[in-house]
Amino acid sequence: MSERLQVKKTYKLFIGGAFVRSESGRYDKSGDFNVPRGSRKDVRDAVAAARKALPGWAGRTAYNRGQILYRFAEALESRAADIGAERADVEASIDVLVHYAGWTDKFQPVLGGINPVAAPFLSFSVPEPTGVVGIVAPDAPPLLGLIAELAPALAAGNTVVAVLSDDAPLPGLDLGEVMGIADVPGGVVNLLSGRRAELAPVLAGHHALNALVNASGELAAEIDKLAAESVTRVRHTDASKDYATATADPLSRLEALTELKTAWHPVGA
Amino acid sequence: MATQEQRTSIVWDYAPAPESPDHVRLRDSYGLFIDGEFEDPVDGTRVPSINPATEDVVAEVAFAGAQDVRRAVEAARAAHPAWAALSGLERGKYLFRVARLIQERARELAVVESMDGGKPIRESRDVDVPLAAAHFFHYAGWTDKLSYGMGGREVEPVGVAAQIVPWNFPLLMAAWKLAPALACGNTAVLKPAETTPVTALLLAEIIQEAELPPGVVQIIPGDGAAGSTLVREPDIDKVAFTGSTAVGKDIQAALAGREIPLTLELGGKSANIVFEDAALDQAVEGIVNGIFFNQGHVCCAGSRLLIQESVADTVVSKLWNRMGRLRLGDPLDKNTDVGAINSREQLERIESLVASGEEEGAVRRSVACELPDRGFWFAPTLFTDVAPAHRIAAEEIFGPVVSVLTFRTQAEAIEKANSTPYGLAAGIWTDKGSKAFEVAAALQAGVVWQNTYNHFDPSAAFGGYKESGFGREGGMAGLRPYLRVAS
Repeated sequence: MSERLQVKKTYKLFIGGAFVRSESGRYDKSGDFNVPRGSRKDVRDAVAAARKALPGWAGRTAYNRGQILYRFAEALESRAADIGAERADVEASIDVLVHYAGWTDKFQPVLGGINPVAAPFLSFSVPEPTGVVGIVAPDAPPLLGLIAELAPALAAGNTVVAVLSDDAPLPGLDLGEVMGIADVPGGVVNLLSGRRAELAPVLAGHHALNALVNASGELAAEIDKLAAESVTRVRHTDASKDYATATADPLSRLEALTELKTAWHPVGA
Repeated sequence: MATQEQRTSIVWDYAPAPESPDHVRLRDSYGLFIDGEFEDPVDGTRVPSINPATEDVVAEVAFAGAQDVRRAVEAARAAHPAWAALSGLERGKYLFRVARLIQERARELAVVESMDGGKPIRESRDVDVPLAAAHFFHYAGWTDKLSYGMGGREVEPVGVAAQIVPWNFPLLMAAWKLAPALACGNTAVLKPAETTPVTALLLAEIIQEAELPPGVVQIIPGDGAAGSTLVREPDIDKVAFTGSTAVGKDIQAALAGREIPLTLELGGKSANIVFEDAALDQAVEGIVNGIFFNQGHVCCAGSRLLIQESVADTVVSKLWNRMGRLRLGDPLDKNTDVGAINSREQLERIESLVASGEEEGAVRRSVACELPDRGFWFAPTLFTDVAPAHRIAAEEIFGPVVSVLTFRTQAEAIEKANSTPYGLAAGIWTDKGSKAFEVAAALQAGVVWQNTYNHFDPSAAFGGYKESGFGREGGMAGLRPYLRVAS
C-alpha cells in the first residue's frame, strides 16, 4: 500500500469572515507554502468589512464581548498545536486574550466617571470604541506581536484590519481559522498578509480608518503623515515579546483606541 | 376600583409546561465540603432539605457542628498562602473555569434551585443562574487587575473570609460572596442558608471539577448556630453576611474589638415611587416585578409603593388587574410567575404581618387564586389605606405583599421614602429625567432604579445605606471588602 499523501493547506486572506485569495492574484513564499500577497484593493475590502461589522460588535454588551474573547482563548488553546508558531508564542497569546477578556467590562469605570460639575447637572464621561482600528503587526513574535494589539482593540469594542508579520505570516493566517470557531463575528477581525511597505501606508491613509497601531518599528513617519489626512489616531509601540510586556500597561492600549464621551443631563428644574 | 369581573375579556388559559427534572443528578446525601472533599460531619447532623412546593425531600444534607466549623476554617487557613501567592492570571483562570461550568450545568442548577427554594423556573433559569456565572466571569477578569480597581494602590488579600448567605437567591448569593473573595486571593468558608443548601453543594462539585486547590473554598451548610459559631471563630480575617438586620446587628456586635472587616447586606423596606407623569402601564409592570419577583423574598423588594395622589386610583386599579393575571403554582412550570414561599416559618411570618395590617385598619386585597394543597403558598396581596405607622408600612415582610401609600408633592415623596431605618433600594417612575435624577440624589438608598426595578449586574455595585448594612458587592467597589492596602 502506498503512503498516504498529505492534504496541503491553501493559505488565504481572512476578510469579512471569509477566506479569500488576494484579488491581485499575487503570492509570496513562506517555507513550503504560497501566501497571498495582499493588495491596495484587499486593504480597502478589509476596511469596508470592518466598518460593516462595527455597529454589531460595538453594540454588544461588554459582558458578551468578554465571553467571546475568552472563547477565542479557549479555541486557541485547543488549536495550539496547529498554529505554526512556537509554543511559548501561542501560550502567551492565549493568556493575553484571557487578560483582555477581563477588561471588556472594567475599563469604563477606570477610564471614565462622574464629573462633579458646579451646576445642577449630572455629567459623566464614558470611553467608547473609536471604530475601525488598523494594526501593523511586528515581524516577531508572529502571533503574540499581533494578539497583544488585537486583544485590546477588540476588548474596547473596535473592529480590526491587521497587516500580518512580513517574515512569518502563517501563524496570523492560522488565527483566522481559530476565530471561525470562536464566535468572533465575521468582519470583526480581518487579516492581511503581504508586504508591509505596500499595505501599511494604504491602511494609514484610508479615510474610513479611525485609529492605527503600529508595532512594526518601521514606517513611523510615513504612517503619521498619511494618518494626518483624516485625523486618524496613531499609536506606535514596541513589539510585545511576552505576556508581561503585553499586559504591562493595558490601559494605554485601551485608552488609545477609545473616544471619551461626556454627557450632560439636568437635575431638578 | 376595577374588580376581577371588570378585567379585559381576554384571559389566556395556559397548559402546564413543567420543566423536566429528569436530567438532574442529585445524590441522596451531601457531606460538608471541606478541604476539597465532601466529608461526614464530626459533631454536626444530617437534615433533609425540603421542596417548599411539595414538602418532599430534595436531598439529605450534612449540617456543620462547632468542630466542623473549626475544621473548615483551618482548611481555609492552610490553603491561603499558596492561593494568595498564585499569579492573578492563574487565579483568574480557575474562576473562568467555574463560570464556564456553571454555564454548562445551567439547566440542572436552575431546576434544583427551583426545587430547593420554591422560586419559579423562569427566574432561576433567566436570573439566578446566568447572573451567578456572570459574577464569576466578571471577577475572574479582576484577578490580574486588582490595583486598577483600587485607584492604583498596592493591595493584598485579607486572608480567610467567613461568608454567610440567605435563602432567597442561594446560588447567586454564593457567587456574589465567593467570586470577589477568591479573585482577591482570599480563601473562604461559606455557610449556605438552612433551607436552601443544595445548589451551593452543586457549586462545590463544580469547584472540584474546576480543580481549585483543596481548601480554597469550604461550603458548610448549617443553621443559625453554625453561622454564629463561624463569625466568632478566632482565625478568620473577614466576615461577609447577607440576611436579616437583626442577625446583622448581632454579628457586628460579636466582632466588636476584633478589627475584622465586615460587610453587611441586610433588610430593606424599599420605596417604589410613581409620579403622575410616569408611563403608568410600564410602571405597573415595574411594580409587579419589584414586589412579586421571587415571591417578594428580595431584600430590595419595592414593598412600599408610593403613588402620587392624582394617579393613585388609576395605578392601583391597573395593578390589581395585573395581579389577577399572575400565575401562582408549580415553580417548575415555565409559565409560573409566583412560586412557593420558601419555608413554613417564612409563611407564618408573612401571615402574621398581613394579619397585623388588617388589624391596624389597612384594606387588604389578595388575589383569589387557587393555592396548591401541599407546600407553602401565599397569594399576591395588596394593601391600601396604609398609614406610615402601620407595621406593614414599616417592617420587612419578605413576601408577595405590597403596601400602597400616597403623596402629593415631590418633597413629600422623598420624605416618606427616607422615613425608614432601612436604605437599601428605591424605584422612581417618571418621564422627566431631571426629576428622576433630583429625586435619586435625595434618596438615602444604595441602589436607585429609574423606570425599572430589580436589575442586577456583576459590574454594578449593590448594598445599603443605614440599617440595610454597609459595604458593597459587585463591580469595582466589590473588590474593596476583600483587599487590604499593602503596608
